[in-house]
Amino acid sequence: MRTGKLNGPLFLLALLALWELAAQAEWVNALIIPAPSKIGKLFFDLVLSGQIPMQILVSMKRALTGYLLAAAVFIPLGIFMGLSPTVYKFFEVIVEMLRPVPPPVVIPVALLFFGLGDEMKIFVIFFSCAWPILLNTIDGVRGIDWVLLNTARTFGLSRAKTILQVILPACSPQIITGLRVSLPIMLILVVISEMVGSTDGIGYFVLDAQRRFKVAQMYAGMLALALLGYTLNQLFNLLQRWLMPWQRGRGELE
Amino acid sequence: MSILEVHALSKSYRQAGGDTTLAIGNITCQVEAGEFVSFVGPSGCGKTTLLMTIAGLLAPSSGRVIVNGKEVSGPPANLVLLFQEYNKSLFAWRSVLGNVRFGVEARGAAAPAADAKARKLIALVGLKGFESHYPWELSGGMQQRVAIARALAYEPEVLLMDEPFGSLDALTRLELEDTLLRLWAELKTTILFITHDIEEAIYLSDRIWVLSRRPSQIVQEIRSDFPRPRHQVTTRAEARFMALRNDIYRQIGNQGTP
Amino acid sequence: MNRWRAFNWLGWSSFALLLLLWELGSRATPKLQLYFPPVSRIFAALIDALSAGSIVQHLLVTLVRFAEGFLLAALLAVLFGVMLGYFRFLHGLLATLIELLRPMPSVAIIPVAILLLGIGDGMIVSVTVYASVWPILVNTIDGVRNIDRTLIDTGRTFGLSRWRILWQIILPGASPYIVTGLRIGLSIALILVTTAEMIAGSKGLGFFILDEERAMNSANMYAGIVVVALLGYGLNRLFLLIETRAMKWRHGMMARQAA
Repeated sequence: MRTGKLNGPLFLLALLALWELAAQAEWVNALIIPAPSKIGKLFFDLVLSGQIPMQILVSMKRALTGYLLAAAVFIPLGIFMGLSPTVYKFFEVIVEMLRPVPPPVVIPVALLFFGLGDEMKIFVIFFSCAWPILLNTIDGVRGIDWVLLNTARTFGLSRAKTILQVILPACSPQIITGLRVSLPIMLILVVISEMVGSTDGIGYFVLDAQRRFKVAQMYAGMLALALLGYTLNQLFNLLQRWLMPWQRGRGELE
Repeated sequence: MSILEVHALSKSYRQAGGDTTLAIGNITCQVEAGEFVSFVGPSGCGKTTLLMTIAGLLAPSSGRVIVNGKEVSGPPANLVLLFQEYNKSLFAWRSVLGNVRFGVEARGAAAPAADAKARKLIALVGLKGFESHYPWELSGGMQQRVAIARALAYEPEVLLMDEPFGSLDALTRLELEDTLLRLWAELKTTILFITHDIEEAIYLSDRIWVLSRRPSQIVQEIRSDFPRPRHQVTTRAEARFMALRNDIYRQIGNQGTP
Repeated sequence: MNRWRAFNWLGWSSFALLLLLWELGSRATPKLQLYFPPVSRIFAALIDALSAGSIVQHLLVTLVRFAEGFLLAALLAVLFGVMLGYFRFLHGLLATLIELLRPMPSVAIIPVAILLLGIGDGMIVSVTVYASVWPILVNTIDGVRNIDRTLIDTGRTFGLSRWRILWQIILPGASPYIVTGLRIGLSIALILVTTAEMIAGSKGLGFFILDEERAMNSANMYAGIVVVALLGYGLNRLFLLIETRAMKWRHGMMARQAA
């Protein structure tokens, strides 16, 4: 069992060694596929010089702004759409019309309105993250059992308190699901919008490196993106545990 | 003046097909302050509908419910309904303490006082030491204890209970019956209880109303005047207890199948 | 039939009202027309572009790239997913690699693809395959691993060949997961095709929309977005249609369990 757990990392190391060897021995064109050691070294240089952290900071500011804006708008909207059939019907057609639009094609619209600035990316991310957050919130609210709602009523809770103290926590698992699904979408869209229309950010950094034929730098940027994606996921897990302490250990027991 | 009065209450439903069915037909009854009263009836006789209507969660089709002199038009402030489905009615995101404190907070108590009071009630229902557990970590019987503590924390003048022990195993059920009686004697709350378990009704109550099948009506009122405190073995072993049980059983059984 | 009875008048009214406000607002303020050309003009542009056939060509190019990329991804991902789900050793070998590559936003592969493959169709299809493989692969692995081993052992005791176990037990057993993966993969494929067309295309809807924006033909840009939305909608409907056909047994089972 213990040795089995090591198979994965060992295989990865073997692949890297093979790649290194192939690049060193020039079995492959080292201009296009540089040695991993070279990429790794450059990556560390770029991290230590602050270049990569800077670009990531720029990207994350845009990404999180759009993401949090989407959460701030679409969680409340989802709650009201889930609670009231009238509100749901009012927005249903508009939502169904906008939802099939593949998010990247919103970039030109955003370019038209906002130019190359931060607002452009923020809007694109806001739009793309909207649907998973909205639809999951609606599902969550609709799935709340009537016993729970009647419990709130029999204890004389006001409408506002019922929403804040009962409905919101009761559908928080679904809201979290929506936010989790939106997280990689956020990352993809910030990268795309920086590739299509930007002069900075990690997405621009990678595409620009390719255009200038700084191949190792391009791979270093991709490595940074992979690490960023992984870190975001881990941070999200931490946040979830902190936000929903009652779910800790639940999966292990049931 | 009785604390709870029900006058000529009826409730009909519109079914999916458009027809209306009468769930409750013309129920009139009074509960005095501090009493423990039960409705007993066959399953599917509209007991839950009756209780939800009394609790102000459903509007009656005709008739009136009066709690403490005021006609009910929505959930009244001095009355609380406890559901059978403890797993659905407890707040999964709150600890045991948090759930019970909710009852105090809903009354409008300040936070520090709420905490102390909630702890006291948790001890009273026998869950001392479980304050920081979450509902899913508790057994069914313990969860219903939390729900009872939460309801009592609200200090209702009338506590309505909808088959609260219906989904518990037999032993847990007996334990909880005694806990409930102890709390009732101590806190002097008025309790209106619903069950389909005849013996449970006799064991717990001062008075029992036997309900008919749909549309449910009171077919008989029975006094259960065994001395208190009651005892699961001795009270249930009294000859009168068995006689009463058989009496009610015949009342329910005689109605035939619809 | 039921859909018509429950026709959402309120929703369509609010949508129509939105379009009406857009139209009137745009006509009233010519300054805004670059951003919000009147709906009627967008509609006219759409009709023009459709009848002239230019947008149809872009649509077809995008559709073919999407179909090639998505179907190839589905084939590869299900194939490898089944193998990785079934053979634990293989899974142990590749798990780390998958866990490292998966969190990387898939569009980051586009620069590499341009470097290796240039800016042709091959590049666009490849990045589409790469990106949509992940959800299908991961879901297929989960699906196969979640099949009850006794089901497979039952097949063995009946003397079924490995091939028949694969076709008659593993694939149907994992199909709910595979379908979920395919549905996610479908929208990702559409994202990647349009993105790649914007970054390095000279054809396709993604290119068309960005190009019209750069030329400040906002009515054409919106027309392009309408077409791409219709494409997305149509592909989703088609997918649902195939799914309900293919998964009939499961819908019956779910209905029965719910009853």
